[in-house]
Amino acid sequence: MIALFVPCYVDLFWPKAAIATVNLFERLGVRFEYPPQQTCCGQPAFNAGLWDEARPLAERFAKVFAGYETIVVPSGSCAAMCSTFYRYMDAGAAFADIGARVCDLATFLVERLGVVHVGARFSQRVTYLDGCHGRRELGCTEAAVKLLRAVRGLDYVELPNVEECCGFGGAFAVKFPQLSASMGAAKCSHVQETGAAVLTSGDASCLLHVRGLLERAGSSVRAMHLAEILAQT
Amino acid sequence: MSASGFQRPLGPVSLPSSMQRSVEHKHAAQAQVAWTALRERAHAIKARAIADLDRLLVRFEREFEARGGTVLWARTAEEAAALFVDICKRHGASSVVKGKSMLSEELELNRRLEGAGIEPVETDMGEFIVQLAGQRPSHIIAPAVHLSREDVGALFRDKLGVPYSDDPARLIAIASRRLRERYLQAGVGMTGANFAIAETGTIVVVENEGNGGLSAAVPPVHVVVAGIEKVIPTLDDLLTFLPLLSRAGTGQKLTTYTHFFLGPEPGKAAYCIMVDAGRTQILRDAKIRESLYCIKCGACLSVCPIYRRTGGWAYGPVYAGPIGAILTPAMLGVRHHGEPTFASTLCGACREECPVDIDLPHQLAYMRSKAVLADAPAARPQRATLRWFARAMRSLGMYGTAANIARAALWTSTWSPWKPEAIRAWTSSRELPRPAARSFKTWWRKRQ
Repeated sequence: MIALFVPCYVDLFWPKAAIATVNLFERLGVRFEYPPQQTCCGQPAFNAGLWDEARPLAERFAKVFAGYETIVVPSGSCAAMCSTFYRYMDAGAAFADIGARVCDLATFLVERLGVVHVGARFSQRVTYLDGCHGRRELGCTEAAVKLLRAVRGLDYVELPNVEECCGFGGAFAVKFPQLSASMGAAKCSHVQETGAAVLTSGDASCLLHVRGLLERAGSSVRAMHLAEILAQT
Repeated sequence: MSASGFQRPLGPVSLPSSMQRSVEHKHAAQAQVAWTALRERAHAIKARAIADLDRLLVRFEREFEARGGTVLWARTAEEAAALFVDICKRHGASSVVKGKSMLSEELELNRRLEGAGIEPVETDMGEFIVQLAGQRPSHIIAPAVHLSREDVGALFRDKLGVPYSDDPARLIAIASRRLRERYLQAGVGMTGANFAIAETGTIVVVENEGNGGLSAAVPPVHVVVAGIEKVIPTLDDLLTFLPLLSRAGTGQKLTTYTHFFLGPEPGKAAYCIMVDAGRTQILRDAKIRESLYCIKCGACLSVCPIYRRTGGWAYGPVYAGPIGAILTPAMLGVRHHGEPTFASTLCGACREECPVDIDLPHQLAYMRSKAVLADAPAARPQRATLRWFARAMRSLGMYGTAANIARAALWTSTWSPWKPEAIRAWTSSRELPRPAARSFKTWWRKRQ
């Protein structure tokens, strides 16, 4: 059985990404459950070095999702937390095994389901902001780009220097606001260079940061989660 | 805590573009060889060498001494520096010509030599500049990368009394001419070691300027300072490491010079000071043991988006960049050197670039957990909030409460002049995210 994991910040700030994932699954006939007890994977605590606090959340995650073979999450960062950082934190723990079943949305669609054409239509110029955890911990970039290229009407433009971090980094964004903004500004100028009307990403967290910078700069570029585009018909 | 360097980045300076060019250049050089295979092999050799460190070090000592050299062991940086000063005194040296060595920075060797009335002379062009300017190196292999050629021209004019020039060839000629006499005067020449070969007792040093070779060969005494992690089993292993190190460091197929020091010439003396200075502490900790595989190529610095914006000094003493953010706190204490571990988005660009595939981002996360346990000042901001948040996430009821508090805080911040610190930091450059009117959880519940 497949479970849907909706990260805490998606639930609060970008529920449209999760709703779009649900709509997409239904359109593709993916049978799944949403375990209602789920909260947070523990990444904010883990990244802050609060491993004593992250551990109970990893254990809780493992309990909530124990009955599922595949856990799909519309976030590369949270997928990386569960599938790689859990193991690094404690390879022997049960949560390391359950965490290894977590898969980001793009990888799930392309590699597990074998679907590239999801039946979406979206007539806009779109560029893709790669979340670093998705890119480097999971290697899900190719899958995401394949999905975007297969959307009817979509004009995909690669973001220059796509491999450079946008400067979000969770608490980093408020711990080192100037560094974070400087990295984000470089990202924004690359977004502008593409002439894209829409900036998308598999990670709502990076998007929140870059969207905030674009808005402050008065840019007309719209931010959408990858799932939102894939759910368009 | 040296917070300033990370809080006030250098901004749009020439660093990012020159670093980007050097990374592109290196990738082209790496494409000429079976990079991935070399990298895996290097990782495996280092893993084996570090696991066998005790045996390899003893073997190295035997072979080095069989060639007429003397191996000395130092548990701490202070001990190592004291041994060095002793050697100088014993051989009556009043000056030391120095090849490039980061370990020398760890030992604060220049300061300690000066304290003993012995003059240290840096002979690497970058180190020469940095010493002249009274600064510290800001990059592992490019110590003066923070200075422009105009800066260097002005420095030479002011400190050496030569006419101003910003022509690199001319500046190099000025420095070389000055250094030539220093090689002849020096009683001791120092170099670091890129590799110490256990089976043959050979010290291998790579460099591009020839200064390392002169420092080792011209004075009557050659002293090598090497971290104990530099030992590798065999000469053959260099076939893996040399092409990796030069390509990762500078994008060269091979460095201009690769020196194999085989012991002292007749009538001369050679020493090798093997330094622990916190390395066995790292060895004991399986989570960061890999950081001892580092061959100090500097690639992780050049690619790091943080390093590119702050330069090396923000990281505090000795090693900068991602590897420095692990090594420095691990060796010198995470409580006072914890800040660099947090100054990372864990983006992982460093690991991708690392020629020995050190898992830098995971180890940075781990060092943060050590910083928390040590109650490092750098770990304190946001700690209480995040701890509270993590505890709230343990129950669904508290999750709802936490979400409502976040909503209220964000809503209040849109009009209230008083804002929590984190929100003020966020809004200094960005618009705040707006919580959705209805969470996914609510949407889902209503839908069922």
